[in-house]
Formats: sequence, structure tokens, C-alpha cells
Amino acid sequence: MKGRLRRAESVKEDASAQSKGLGVRGRTSMLALPFSVYMVIFIAAPLLLIVLYSVCVDPPGDMSFTLEHFRRFFDFENPIYLQVLWRSFYIAVISTAICLLIGYPMAYILSRMKPTVRNILSVLFILPMWMNFLLRTYAWMSLLENTGLINTALEAMGLPAINIMYTQWAVVLGNVYNFLPFMILPIYNTLVKIDPAVVEAAQDLGASGRKVFRKIILPLSVPGVMSGISMTFMPAITTFVISKLLGGGQYTLIGDLIDKQYKVTGDWGFGSAMSVIIMVMILISMNLMPSSSKDQGGGLL
Amino acid sequence: MQKELIRLENIVKNYGETQILKGINLYINDSEFLTILGPSGCGKTTTLRVIGGFEQPTQGRVWFDGKEMTHVPPHKRQVNTVFQKYALFTHMNVFENVAFGLRLKKTPNDEVERRVNAMLDMVNLSGYGKRDATSLSGGEQQRVAIARALVNRPKVLLLDEPLGALDLKLRKEMQLELKTMQKQLGITFIYVTHDQEEALTMSDTVVVMNKGSIQQIGTPIDIYNEPKNAFVANFIGQSNIIPGVMNRDLEVTFDGHTFPCVDSGFGTETPVDVVVRPEDVQLVEEGRGQLSGIVESLIFKGVHYEMVVDTGSFHFLVQSTAAVQPGVRTDLLIAPDAIHIMKKGGAE
Repeated sequence: MKGRLRRAESVKEDASAQSKGLGVRGRTSMLALPFSVYMVIFIAAPLLLIVLYSVCVDPPGDMSFTLEHFRRFFDFENPIYLQVLWRSFYIAVISTAICLLIGYPMAYILSRMKPTVRNILSVLFILPMWMNFLLRTYAWMSLLENTGLINTALEAMGLPAINIMYTQWAVVLGNVYNFLPFMILPIYNTLVKIDPAVVEAAQDLGASGRKVFRKIILPLSVPGVMSGISMTFMPAITTFVISKLLGGGQYTLIGDLIDKQYKVTGDWGFGSAMSVIIMVMILISMNLMPSSSKDQGGGLL
Repeated sequence: MQKELIRLENIVKNYGETQILKGINLYINDSEFLTILGPSGCGKTTTLRVIGGFEQPTQGRVWFDGKEMTHVPPHKRQVNTVFQKYALFTHMNVFENVAFGLRLKKTPNDEVERRVNAMLDMVNLSGYGKRDATSLSGGEQQRVAIARALVNRPKVLLLDEPLGALDLKLRKEMQLELKTMQKQLGITFIYVTHDQEEALTMSDTVVVMNKGSIQQIGTPIDIYNEPKNAFVANFIGQSNIIPGVMNRDLEVTFDGHTFPCVDSGFGTETPVDVVVRPEDVQLVEEGRGQLSGIVESLIFKGVHYEMVVDTGSFHFLVQSTAAVQPGVRTDLLIAPDAIHIMKKGGAE
């Protein structure tokens, strides 16, 4: 009895708090507090720190202001760093393009299948991602090596060996292999959401199979393609593990370069400056994408 | 004699083990408003999809204007469809939705402009061209779907429960508009619905289907007044269906009383089903009717009262503007032309 009475009172309190409008808002923002703290400590602070470091001479020791790191990067007379950036960009574009060329047809075929079959298959596509990223890449190393599985098999069949290990193509292969699911799944998600009646309506109005694809299915799947592209391009341009393992360190990408500044040369200022540059690049390219990729996103996992 | 436009010849459709259509034979005349009416799962939508080319019949043939069309794909048929949930192209504006069919046919731009605008005018959506297809209300989307189909000047328009998602008032308005459009354009409409009132209001011909076969084909008046079997009688409005015996022509016995009627040709002493519409049963003072019973229940329905009268062996559903309170004894009077005789059996 007492309990019920108390509950009734608290309901009344709630109601009055709501009518004032202040109390409830105060309470919900309280609920968001742990997350806000987390965001500030683990996302906002490191970001700000990197931006700060990028304009310091030798952080964390010498914190005096300089733009020397940026100048060093954008040195057009000796563009070694710009070359690395260009190479990263080029590798990421090729990897993303290959992912799209393989991923779209795969997603399309998948979406045409019976729901039971396609659910099983889409799990199979995600399955490799349950394995550690590093392990997967190591597996490719032992496959591609000169004495690896593929070359042994080719040799056994009397075919010439392929030596793509430690070339840019090994890096592209690693990128495509690791990021392909991120291309397939958003496209697949938008494709299965297309109402079959819309396709029938197009046929009904005189569109042949090819025209239905070009005028209905393709435009309706653009949001998925956009989110697929950004989800493969971004990790591809910043990767350093794949290029280190499959590129053998001879094929330096911007990710490797940043990694090296922190771990080997200890030039945190220059590392931070490059991080800032690549972040700005990604932000710009994301804003250049059609807005549909932002509000629909295609969803993932 | 009207010209025949579409003929379905013994159409059978199986999905795995289940037979959806069990031999449909139907012809549809030029500029006819034909409605396929039936409960959900009766095969009416499948029949429409066979005509549209979205389903291939397992057996049987589809004829269109004297040519066989059974295996012609949908995009090569002179038929357009208005889909149940509109199926508008969400990535295009209203104008481009309507223009879609014309653009595919490579119609010159000025003609596209003219025809699309004229069509938008007709469905009362002039000025909506630039709007997003998704920003419209249900009724407006439905109009776009109709315009998108009609702009191609098809010989036949297929409509699959197009008003199902609209509210009652809008539905009534659209019924009238559709009927007017059909008359104006002189196009054959094949309309699928489960709403018997809709079917009776709009159609020239009603086809009643149940469980994959056609129960009855006729004008709305025929279907209502002369149902062929108990299923049709029950599906088209409410009915009292009483087992009886046809003594001889123009005389039938049911519920322990012999009535004069207007039907003949059933032979003598034949068991039959007798249909009496609830509005055709008159409640009269005791001693003046043919049957006597006690009122069991009374419900106010707006236009009339609905009562159930128990005569001891049958519960009559009666609609009347006068109310008789439950528990009161009353007599029932049924006029000869209110009695409709059907052969025993038929569908359930």
C-alpha cells in the first residue's frame, strides 16, 4: 500500500517536472553524461591533441608554434611525402574500384536469391570478418609467398609462378579482400529494400530487363553504393598493416609513414600533421559525396 | 454485340503443391468495367497478374485482341497496371513518374510535356509535377499511379485493389472518379477488389471468385438479386439461406411453410437453397404473416435496424426501419419476388 502510494507520488512529481519542462530535460541530459565523458576523453581530446601537436616543433617536449611540419609535407621541390600520399590515394582508388566492380554484381545476385538462401550467404560473407584482421592478412602472406601455397600449386601444375608478393598488387589484393564485405553489404541492403512492385511497375510501363536495371534499380541503389565506397575507401587510404605485411615495407603508404613517425623516428609533430592532412582530405571527400549517402547510409552489420 | 478484347482460356496456376487457379475461363469486352471480386486468397490478384504478364499460367492460354499473349513479357503488353501500394518511383518527381512510360517509347519532349500535364490535370494534380513522389498523401500517390498508367493510352488498365489503403470517404470519391474516367476514356478496366460494395458501385460486369474458381459472372444487379450459389449470396451482402423443397414451378416450401415464388424449372419435389435478403423480410402484426417468431436481438445500424428473429427452426436476419424489441413475438411476411431459389450444393 505504502509502495503504491509512493509510486503515485513520484508519478505526480514527474508530471509536474514535465509541465515545468526543465526537470525532464535535466534528467535526460544526466543520462547522456557517461557517454559525453567518454566522448570527450577518448575522441575529442585525442583529436584536439593531434591538431595541437601538428603545429608544435617537437611535441611533447618543445611545444612552440610552427607550421614547419606542413611545409615539409607540401614540399613541391622534393615531393617525397606528396608522392606517398598520391600512391596511397591511387592504391585506395584502385582497391575501391575493384571492390565496387566485384561487390555490386555480387550484392545484386545475392539480392535476387530466395530469402533463406541469401540470409545464409550473407552470413558467409561476414564470416571472415569474425577472424582477426591481422590473421587474415598473414594468411595471404603464406598464400602469396614465392614458396607459398599458390606458387607451389602452380609449380605442381607446371605453370609459371606469380610473384606479386611485396608489390602494389599484393597491397591492392589485401585491401580488396579485407574491405569487400564493407562494399557488398550496404549495396545488398539497399537492393533488398527495393519493392518488387516498383520493378514490376517499370516492366509494366514498357521497360525491358536492362532498362529496369538502369532506370530503377541502379538509381535506387546509389545510397548503398555511396556508403560502400566510403566504407572501403577510408580504411584503404589509411591502412598500414596491409601495406606493411603484403607490401613488405618497400611500398610505403601514408598510413605507414604516420606509423613510422610515432614508433620509429619519434617525430610526433610530423606524424600529427600528416594525420590532420588525411583527416581533412577524408572530411572534404565525404562532403563532396551526394547527401543521400549521409541520411540513408544503407546500414551495416 | 460488344467486341471481345481479352480471353482467358482454362487458366491453371500452381505454386508448388497448391493450386491457386483451377481453370479460369473468362472473356472481357472492349471498354468494359469488369471487377473480379472475392475474399483474400481466392486467386483474384493472381488472375490479374496473369493478364498483366507477371505470372505465367501453369496451363491455359491468354488471348489479347485475337492474338495469343500467354508468354509475352509484361513490357510488351498493351496493358498497364495500377498497383496495390502505388509502387511509385521514389527517386523521381511526380512529372517523371508519369512520364516514365512515354520516355521509354522515346516520345518527343514537347509531346511528353503536353500529355503528362494533361494527365495530371485529369487526376486533379496539376501543379504537382515538381513535387517529390514520396511527399504526397496516399490519395495523391494513388492519382499519380493512375496517371502514370493512363498516360500510355493502354487498351486495358489493370487495377489491383487500388483504393485499399485509402480512408472510406476518399475511397468513395475515388470510386466515382475512376468510373467517370473509364467512361470518358473508353478504356477497359479490370478491377480487383474484396469490397462487394465497391464492385457493385463501379462495374459493368462482376466476376465472383472463390478458392481459385469463378463462382458467377454477371451484372451487379444479377449478382445481387440472382446469386447462383450460397457463396455468392453470402459474399454479396448478407442473406438468409434456408434449406427448402421446390414443390413444383412457382411454389416452394421452407421453414415449415409453403410460399408462392417466381422461380421455375427446378422440377418437382427438388431440395433447393432459398435466398431471402434481410431487407426483403417484412415484420407484421401477429396473425398476418406466413411465419411467426420471437425477436432475439436488435441492433441499430444507422439507416435501419437489424434484428434476428427465431422462428423455432431458423434464425432470420431482418433489416427494417421499424424496431421490434427483443423478446417480442412477431410475424414474418416474404413476398414471392423476394424469394430466390438456388440449386442445392454449389460452393460452400
